Amino acid sequence: MDLQQSDEQKLIVATVRRFVLEEILPLEMNLDPDADSLEPADRERLVGKVKEMGLYGLDIPQEFGGPGLDMVTKTLISIEMAQHRAGLYSPCYGVFGGAGLAQLYEATEDQKERYLYPTLRGEKRGFFGLTEPSGGSDPARAIQTRAIKDGDDWVINGSKIFISGADVADFGLVFARTSPDKGRGGVTCFIVDTDTPGFHVRRVIHTLRSAHYATELQFEEMRVPARNILGEVNKGFSIANDRLSRQRIPYSAGCIGVAIKAHELAVEYAKIRETFGAPLASRQAIQWMLVDNELDIKQSRWVTLEAADMADRGMPFRKEAAMAKLLASEAGSRVVDRCMQIHGGYGVTKDFPFERWYREMRIRRIGEGPSEVQRHIIARDILGSSLR
Amino acid sequence: MPIRLDKPWIALSTKNLEQVKGHLGVYELGSEIDGVVFIGCADARSLFGLKGELQDHLDKGAQTCFRIEITSAYQTRYRELLMVHYADFQAYPRDNIEADLPRLGKLSPL
Repeated sequence: MDLQQSDEQKLIVATVRRFVLEEILPLEMNLDPDADSLEPADRERLVGKVKEMGLYGLDIPQEFGGPGLDMVTKTLISIEMAQHRAGLYSPCYGVFGGAGLAQLYEATEDQKERYLYPTLRGEKRGFFGLTEPSGGSDPARAIQTRAIKDGDDWVINGSKIFISGADVADFGLVFARTSPDKGRGGVTCFIVDTDTPGFHVRRVIHTLRSAHYATELQFEEMRVPARNILGEVNKGFSIANDRLSRQRIPYSAGCIGVAIKAHELAVEYAKIRETFGAPLASRQAIQWMLVDNELDIKQSRWVTLEAADMADRGMPFRKEAAMAKLLASEAGSRVVDRCMQIHGGYGVTKDFPFERWYREMRIRRIGEGPSEVQRHIIARDILGSSLR
Repeated sequence: MPIRLDKPWIALSTKNLEQVKGHLGVYELGSEIDGVVFIGCADARSLFGLKGELQDHLDKGAQTCFRIEITSAYQTRYRELLMVHYADFQAYPRDNIEADLPRLGKLSPL
């Protein structure tokens, strides 16, 4: 695999890097260290700039108006976009636009009219409702939210937890069990309008991060029309599964971007900070920490780009995406921890970004499939059918 | 942790602020009679945390009561308190200026 960037990729990467340095970082200096959004006027101005750059809506398929970039290029961009304080969970504060819920690209035309196109126009927002209090790592078995057919409708009862953005969403994808079959065969995906009677966002779940905070949902006799089923009855799990694999690549890229920035700051700090009459950079203990940072970043970057390249070539990439997520999230945690240590007392203050990265990076080892699940996926691939 | 701040109201005074420290967190101004009239947040840009924010209100002549919650999740707790208030009263607290509020969602707390 050739990791040399094409001239076009180099230009795009340089453009995004300059955008972060010249537009995002100056604004970020005046925001609360835990902010996850810009002032509306700044946001609007920067969205305009990103559109002029031709990079708005990176994950929107080209046929729906996206820039039509391959996965490797998008991964390189994601690495750049994450290189600021809020970059892990709010890369560039969302001014590059989202794709909405990717599953809607496979929706019926009627569903696209009601949900996808308004989302692409910025008129609607959606959430993804999979995880339940009974479990998130094994959603196929953990889903207990039930949907029972009643005439032309389905009546849904149950709850979801750790759902980002449900309080500000206009609709969401809710996965419910529609068959007494245990496991993935009995799950259906419903598109639910948040003003449906019986739909409740009960509370905000306060965690280590403030950006894209999680909520707890409850559905009480919530009636959803059959025309809001996404895909087919009892075949919703494949919709969820596809997202989990694809998401792991940009998820990994975010970890790498933050690790790169943290390492950069630590290198500069080590050169100027003196202890006992010499710069930190002259101490072997510090040098080896920086070396370990380089190794962690290089390894994660290589594996993540390989997964992206395989996705672009149409090859199976489930194992590689799992490896990328596992490596990048764990390496990212180690790098940020070392960089915080190098900065000493300053490293734990809110004056520097490390404390936010430290908290948020911890979540990366759990979200989108914890490290243990990634290892399980990789082991299953290595050992083949003997593990089933 | 209860979703609403349910601690007793304390009169906003110099003497009572001696017990408040510079932690980050959220606070409410109001009373048993008026209810909650303002929800505020001592975020990381605040020089003296909750103590400083409440002192500012006192310096501006506020004659009211307060209650606080120390939390490092001040951003999300601040939003949650505003959303819960809206859910309970279909309006934000009297003295919170809507234009200054962050983007808020909709909650239906129990």
